[in-house]
Amino acid sequence: MSEAWARLKKHRAAVISAWVIIILTLIAILAPVIAPHPYDEQFLDQVLASPNARFWLGTDSLGRDMLSRLIYGARVSMAVAFFTAILSLLIGTVYGAASGWFGGWIDGAMMRFVDILDSIPSLVLLILVKVVFDSFSLISEPEWKSMTSMLLALSLVSWVTLARTVRGQVLQVKQMAFVEGARAAGSSSLRMVGIHILPNIMGPVIVLLTFQIPANILAESFMSFLGLGLQPPFASWGVLANDGWRTLRSFPHLMISPGVAIFTAMLAFNLLGDGLRDALDPQMRGRM
Amino acid sequence: MNGLLKVLRLAPWILFGACVLISFCGFNLNPIFIWLTLLSFVVELGLVAVKKGLVFYMLRRLGEALVTLWLIASLTFLLLRILPGGPFDEEKALPPDVKASIEAKYKLHDPLLKQYADYLKGIVTGDLGESYKYTGRNVADIITESVPDSVQLGIYSILVAYLIGIPFGVWAAARQGTWIDALLMTLAISGVAMPSFLIAPIFILIFCFGLGWFEPALWLGPAYYVLPTIVLGIRPAASIARLTRASVLEVIRSDFIRTAKAKGLEESKVLFKHVLRNSMIPVLSLTGPLVASVLTGSFVIEQIFAIPGSAKHLIQSVSNRDYPLILGMTLLFSALLVIANLITDLLISVIDPRVKMS
Repeated sequence: MSEAWARLKKHRAAVISAWVIIILTLIAILAPVIAPHPYDEQFLDQVLASPNARFWLGTDSLGRDMLSRLIYGARVSMAVAFFTAILSLLIGTVYGAASGWFGGWIDGAMMRFVDILDSIPSLVLLILVKVVFDSFSLISEPEWKSMTSMLLALSLVSWVTLARTVRGQVLQVKQMAFVEGARAAGSSSLRMVGIHILPNIMGPVIVLLTFQIPANILAESFMSFLGLGLQPPFASWGVLANDGWRTLRSFPHLMISPGVAIFTAMLAFNLLGDGLRDALDPQMRGRM
Repeated sequence: MNGLLKVLRLAPWILFGACVLISFCGFNLNPIFIWLTLLSFVVELGLVAVKKGLVFYMLRRLGEALVTLWLIASLTFLLLRILPGGPFDEEKALPPDVKASIEAKYKLHDPLLKQYADYLKGIVTGDLGESYKYTGRNVADIITESVPDSVQLGIYSILVAYLIGIPFGVWAAARQGTWIDALLMTLAISGVAMPSFLIAPIFILIFCFGLGWFEPALWLGPAYYVLPTIVLGIRPAASIARLTRASVLEVIRSDFIRTAKAKGLEESKVLFKHVLRNSMIPVLSLTGPLVASVLTGSFVIEQIFAIPGSAKHLIQSVSNRDYPLILGMTLLFSALLVIANLITDLLISVIDPRVKMS
């Protein structure tokens, strides 16, 4: 592990990206402290102002400070991405580990289901899952309803790759001598998977997770951009881009600044993922 | 005889290229031409399959694809039927007898199994039911009307992705470790991280409002095609460039290339005949995931450039709770993806010398 750490520290782009991610996370957490204005405060004499000394990134069509909205947007976008990545990690690990451990026809059936999910384009699946959650009206406030259905939809869509990887790793580790030994010593199935197998497959899982977060940021912003995602007052970067798109010709900065924010986050996570993959699994170097 | 055979083997690709060119220049493509191209591909695949003994494998893959589609159709049907709240529960409650007669029109009173059987029969006969929202229009008609634009956009983007991605990937691999390699790979990772709603407005501002070369919206001719195609193709192009570079580097280091060089083959011959052919296999097998990402990306692109394609209908059908349209569109997009995966697998089995009768 320390060897991997040393390799990662030599990867300059990955180190810089890690710092960018830390800064973005701090911005997201400290949004109320950093933001120059509340994200929903309207300056009615300053509607659609261009970037200036008072409003560094200008104001939107309702006279709200764009910089503050971007800072709060970091909060929503990153929180959604982190939370869904963790949830999909849990689902994917349990599903993949079970499939790989039991093997046989259970494995066949479970993987067949994963194949089917994979044959539906992810945005379509996301829309379907959202339709289902939306029609169970468990939550009455529309903004929290759209938030929970987005969180659940994203986590239910993105566990598939993780499940495949975990299954593959479990199948590999299952053959190894120390697992045979533990089995001979009388360990139960659950204990074997939990104690002996899972720690051994953490490397690839961490790498996948690092790539999953930017994918979730993008998926959330796509859905919000299409008007199927979050509702005000949750202003994620995708919601901001959707707002800005309507005034593109005259006020392009309103669409470009959330785009740049997403680009920065995606780039940082992808570069860190590359670095982690090279560090944790030297054989995979240079692959996708 | 051999020359004739070679021309025959190239025929599907030539036809395909002609189709793309004709449609790109804004002419209407005669459906007979498309069917001819498809037929020539099937004939070629069949011939190669017989020659390599892959007939059974191909038929099995075809069967698997059909089963997958059937399962998707059934799952979506079940999903939408178990939802609480019917599609006609609107804010303004309908009088009960009106609601009953509407539900009777769409046969929502039939037992679930009969509805399911009718639905499957409908798919086979090309009748996907009447839309709830656009009364009097069959979902199949809405699809046939909107899908050509979407398919056109998708095929152009994938072609652009390969035409940009492969040469740049090979170039970067050939100059491994130099500043060219570093520059190209920086561009590639930026392309992967670039959301389309950042690049699209920038391009629209420069090329439509600034230079006036292209049109910013609709789908009516070459001037309308260029920008959406490029914006949609950038992410896949970037992944292809990265994968091509990695794959070429791996093949260059392998033993049989060393052998080829050692026996004195020319450098360029080794590169084009051995390295490229072998390193293209992983790149081509990326086509399935690429189609998936292009399908997803096309939703945003169709929205930004106001292209009257299928994605728009799916988005609207969701807010309208138009269940037949949601079902039809889900089936359409899944079918496109399943077909793309099938074609990829079949092409790989034809190109890859290691795939033989198993």
